[in-house]
Amino acid sequence: MSLKLEHVTYTYNPGTAYETHALKDVSLEIPQGQFVGVIGHTGSGKSTLIQHFNGLMRPTSGTVFYNGEDIWQEGYSLKRLRSKVGLVFQYPEHQLFEADVLSDVCFGPKNQGLSQEEAQERARTALKQVGLKEKYYASSPFELSGGQKRRVAIAGVLAMEPEVLILDEPTAGLDPKGRDEILDQIAWLHQERKISVLLVSHSMEDIARYVERILVMNHGEKVFDGVPKEVFSHYKELESIGLAAPQITYIMHALRENGLQTDTSAITVEEAKNSILKALGRGEK
Amino acid sequence: MEIIKARKLKYDYFKYDENGQASESQTAVEDVDLDIQPGQFISILGHNGSGKSTLAKHMNALLIPTEGTIWVDGMDTAMEPELWKIRQKAGMVFQNPDNQIIGTVVEEDVGFGPENLGIPTEGIWSRVNKSLEAVGMTAFRHRSPNKLSGGQKQRVAIAGVMAMQPKCIIMDEPTAMLDPNGRKEVLEAVHELNRQEGITVILITHYMEEVIDSDRVFVMDQGHVVMQGTPREIFSRVEELKAYRLDVPQVTLLAYELKKAGIRLPDGILTIKELVDALCH
Amino acid sequence: MIRDITIGQYYPADSSLHRLDPRVKFIGTFLFLISLFVADSFWGYVLATCFLGGIILLSKVPVKFMVKGLKPLFIILLITVAFNLFLIPGKEVWSLGFLTITVEGIQQAVKIGIRLIYLVIGSSVMTLTTTPNQLTDGLERILRPLNKIRVPVHEISMMMSIALRFIPILMEETDKIMKAQIARGADFETGNLIQKAKNMIPLLVPLFISAFRRADDLAMAMEARCYHGGDHRTQMKPLIYQRKDYVAYGIVFVYLAADIAIRVLL
Repeated sequence: MSLKLEHVTYTYNPGTAYETHALKDVSLEIPQGQFVGVIGHTGSGKSTLIQHFNGLMRPTSGTVFYNGEDIWQEGYSLKRLRSKVGLVFQYPEHQLFEADVLSDVCFGPKNQGLSQEEAQERARTALKQVGLKEKYYASSPFELSGGQKRRVAIAGVLAMEPEVLILDEPTAGLDPKGRDEILDQIAWLHQERKISVLLVSHSMEDIARYVERILVMNHGEKVFDGVPKEVFSHYKELESIGLAAPQITYIMHALRENGLQTDTSAITVEEAKNSILKALGRGEK
Repeated sequence: MEIIKARKLKYDYFKYDENGQASESQTAVEDVDLDIQPGQFISILGHNGSGKSTLAKHMNALLIPTEGTIWVDGMDTAMEPELWKIRQKAGMVFQNPDNQIIGTVVEEDVGFGPENLGIPTEGIWSRVNKSLEAVGMTAFRHRSPNKLSGGQKQRVAIAGVMAMQPKCIIMDEPTAMLDPNGRKEVLEAVHELNRQEGITVILITHYMEEVIDSDRVFVMDQGHVVMQGTPREIFSRVEELKAYRLDVPQVTLLAYELKKAGIRLPDGILTIKELVDALCH
Repeated sequence: MIRDITIGQYYPADSSLHRLDPRVKFIGTFLFLISLFVADSFWGYVLATCFLGGIILLSKVPVKFMVKGLKPLFIILLITVAFNLFLIPGKEVWSLGFLTITVEGIQQAVKIGIRLIYLVIGSSVMTLTTTPNQLTDGLERILRPLNKIRVPVHEISMMMSIALRFIPILMEETDKIMKAQIARGADFETGNLIQKAKNMIPLLVPLFISAFRRADDLAMAMEARCYHGGDHRTQMKPLIYQRKDYVAYGIVFVYLAADIAIRVLL
């Protein structure tokens, strides 16, 4: 159960003056059940990358494997792949189209060939999982608030019961509480359903808090791939490619430079607090 | 005189049925008093649906209060004949960069406002040149807006407002759709305008880091102004902000947590430097 | 396919043609199109070729770019030429079954072919050297007299320029929504016509909603910037004829006169 890219390159307008590489020789493997963060500035190739995972884009060269099978080989069903690898685009609420919430979430399961009852069953489960109250199921998706619409859209992908869930900036435009709620919900799904999650985000603070591995993209290349502490220790290199580390990283480095023996690999508020308390001699014994 | 002043401002949204009769109403803003002095940098915080955008739209007469009064540069926005003067004095920048640029070439978009004001051609050109310079977009003047990044588009939108020579710019979540670099770009541009040109800025946002340098912060919830003060005063009330679905910058949160654990620290730490100074010296 | 069409596209360059008043280019193009139908002899076509060639050189737009613009029209061109080639009665040169090629047919086919190609290239020279905004400005000025019979000329041209600005945005959006629905298992390719039309609903509904939302936002943004119709509006780039524009008019009229002279005298 894994996603794997081998030497994947994607070129726009190959052979012309406008030739640009959106992806350059990217190889990576995502084992089942991992929670991975993908970071990179706008235009770094993140979006191109995630669209290769479910066969929306076809590599110019290189191979994409799902569970060991080449997804572009003759006779491979991309439609089935897409129900296994769910992709939630940025501002997914813009794709809602049905008259009521439940029918919209049923769209995916029905395309999988499920019966009306089965699809509705799936839709209810998915809506529950994203935390939308039952009283909204019959209302028009367009009457909901921004945060609720976003949940419906995510449920629309979850209802297909994917093994891998890819989310492109699922919290864009939401207020702080809304951001936390969505991310907590995703983390819970990851735990509960043992699915792999790929989270594309601009917020290093969010990435630091949730993921177990970070992929850093720059100019179509994978420049870092590792656990968050390790990746954020390269914060100077990250800055040089238009990214940053969480604020906590900077705090810990500044404190250390000023003589406090803090752990500079701390990346969350909780870790930072404990490390500072310890350095001040007040840590929990 | 205040540049923007509101007393007992209330706004109801009405839902209309098929016969055009108001069937339902919902109060979006209620009992809001504001006094904003010229040259200030004001931030309005609030979660989605807290009424902050509705309030913003009152500041250039896109909405007229249901009850109460709002004055822009001394003019009551409910007074029809003043409408265009008010909109010239208080410019507005919106959230979606794509949906507020009218021109197909950057400089022509910036000229759109002055054209509407009936400024003579030479006047338009000097205003356009000056505004593009002020937001650092002169190099892009002949480009198509579609080819620009989000941050650059928002800077064009700001230039478009500046070309109307307003006293005040109201920015309705101008950074919500941008990436961190774009956000920084836009914030730097407006702070620059505030410092150099003395323009009053009213920034509506839910990014906490963006309000740190404001003179004054208003927090809205359910249509009411529920907190107001300097950023330091506001950010020292962490629990209260969380109750309003908001947040504080990580450094403030860390200082707050440390304080709870018994470390002696001043209230409302806003920057890394403040925290380092407080802990290490 | 859509991306191949160069008609209506602008090619940024700094040429004397780019700097001309859009009204000159509009009227010039119109007169050139007329001249193509006046020219009916060998020398007439030579003249038109020289004129068009000169214009293309002046425009500094690569010839490759213009030829690319012909590609999507290739089929139409082929059909028209074939019709003329086979269906004109006259002196037979070659025949196979019901297909007969005549001398008159060849002549007519070549003529029609040249006319069509020149027509397309001639109009794309105009659009390639004129920004969409200048085009709508020019059109607004040329059509201004229609204001008297209550045609809302300003509004129409404002609508045109807004459409030009939003077409690329909506195309990108279509692509995005399509991909999002494909990711949810939608199928836009297979099935019969009715099936296909039905399958478009998940694409069209969000697209319409988005277009209306954008229209709403844009209207508000325009109001916030004091837009209140065409009255009392000034222009940043008003159209004023310069000497070069009169010279250009002169050249076009001389060309047309020469064309008519060839037709009448030769």
